[in-house]
Amino acid sequence: MNNLLGVYTIWYRDILRFWHDKARMLSAILFPIMFLFIFGSGLRGSIGVMGGGIDFVQFMYPGIMGMSVLMGSFMSGVSIVWDREFGFLKEVLVAPISRISVALGRTLGAATVATIQGIIILVLAPIIGVSISIWTVLALLPLMFLLAASMGSMGILLASRIKSTEAFQAIMQMLMFPMIFLSGVFFPMQDLPGWMSVIVKINPASYGIATIREVVLGASPDSPFNIILFGHIMTIRDNIAVLAVFGFIMIILAMWSFGRQD
Amino acid sequence: MTDYIIKVENLVKKFGELVAVDHISFNVVQGEIFGFLGPNGAGKTTTINILCTLARPTAGRATLNGFDVVRQQNQVRQSIGLVFQDPSLDDRLTGLHNLRFHAMVYNIPVSVREERIKHLLEMVELWDKRNKFVNTYSGGMKRRLELARGLLHYPKVLFLDEPTLGLDPQTRNHIWEYVLELRKREGTTVFMTTHYMDEAEKADRIAIVDYGKLVAMDTPGRLKQSIGKDIISLKTEDDEKAAEEITRRYQTEVRNDKDHLTFSIANGEEFLPVFIKEFGIKISSISLRRPTLEDVFLKLTGREIREEGEAGDTLRAHFREHGRHMRR
Repeated sequence: MNNLLGVYTIWYRDILRFWHDKARMLSAILFPIMFLFIFGSGLRGSIGVMGGGIDFVQFMYPGIMGMSVLMGSFMSGVSIVWDREFGFLKEVLVAPISRISVALGRTLGAATVATIQGIIILVLAPIIGVSISIWTVLALLPLMFLLAASMGSMGILLASRIKSTEAFQAIMQMLMFPMIFLSGVFFPMQDLPGWMSVIVKINPASYGIATIREVVLGASPDSPFNIILFGHIMTIRDNIAVLAVFGFIMIILAMWSFGRQD
Repeated sequence: MTDYIIKVENLVKKFGELVAVDHISFNVVQGEIFGFLGPNGAGKTTTINILCTLARPTAGRATLNGFDVVRQQNQVRQSIGLVFQDPSLDDRLTGLHNLRFHAMVYNIPVSVREERIKHLLEMVELWDKRNKFVNTYSGGMKRRLELARGLLHYPKVLFLDEPTLGLDPQTRNHIWEYVLELRKREGTTVFMTTHYMDEAEKADRIAIVDYGKLVAMDTPGRLKQSIGKDIISLKTEDDEKAAEEITRRYQTEVRNDKDHLTFSIANGEEFLPVFIKEFGIKISSISLRRPTLEDVFLKLTGREIREEGEAGDTLRAHFREHGRHMRR
């Protein structure tokens, strides 16, 4: 009971912080817009229609949504490093709630905030020329939450091992950006050079991005945007399964790692 | 039978080869102010971390409020309040939010929560600032907010780790007023570390640790008596020569602090007139005083309590603050 309350309280703090941090909220909206319009306008002309009657901006749009979720959740997970640096982590660690509740509350908080950040981008749909139904939104919510919870707990897992903010900066650059660039946000995953194709398929984020794209743009077995794994064309269900397994492993590892004590 | 709120038996904590806490044992009586002193790196913080369930002992055991600090962590945590030397607030939230968060985590019933928060914020004179974000608070205000937070769940034991480090004298006095008031009203036990001698004097009992070992434990009065001698400080025309002469004549150790000499001697009041008359080197000033805790500390650890403490810590705290601003 006490632990459930702990999970809720930790979650609540994340939401409260997000709500009060207007700068973060604004950047959560503006950053993806910037990507969409700069890359979109720059590359639309030379790339043109990409197959299935979808132009480059429309192709990138769900990817950017996924990128928002991915970045938002990973950053809030890793922000435990920040809490340690600023001392607040101590308040949490001496509180009468288990470490596991703290990790779980943090994961759920990160996932909730990141899902909101992803959903916000839906307001751009009419400008991009993508039609969104209420069913799309309802399908996106749990999907984004799953992607966010996986990435959030991966962040927590790393944060529980990182002790300095310098290492934190390095991880952000060495891990998060490659993960986003190599996840199919900006280009389709078929017809890539061999090495790149391998990395993209190892990257768990790819399966989240692919799923979001399939929900927003529609799925079909002959879509040029599908992931092909060992000759098998991944369906939405396959992608969700990969993501769920990855997420499950990450949450367990995050709770285990965060719960360990000196 | 005395009621011990904290019992520590043969506590050991090793970090690899380094023995940070080396078989420490002591008990703390319910309701007392217990001062835990020692040079930096003596094992103070490690001991506190073990008692607060932030670290596991390598060997030995400790109980707090009857609960084992390893096996009953949640009960121990519910029994303690903490004010650390480094701020541990969420500075992106308001003062009120910080206290509400604490109340929720410590499972304080909603029915009494708001009233208690108001009372404590008024006590530390922050009620007017409750809706301001903590990153707009001054250092003193943050510490007061932490104190209010540490008291919110009516802890049995309040840990104060350098609670007034780097604060102005007025704020320090204020904080002590709250703490003493609370002890009187609630019978809260206070476990503190400090580098300020006047603060250490407020303790009912003091334990001094050095190199992870307990080297003394008694009331401040008896610790000072244990020195048994008075302290004489003097300046002379030639301190080097004077030091040699004093050592030779009175068989006592002389400490040369560049601008003055210090030594201790029994029955100082009778000694002084004779000394001045007999001494061959010209004395430019001389003073006699009773031993202080500082002298006790110096004798037991060979270091001044403040030498690394005050200046170093404040400077480090300053750099840390500065560094934070740059990184944000």
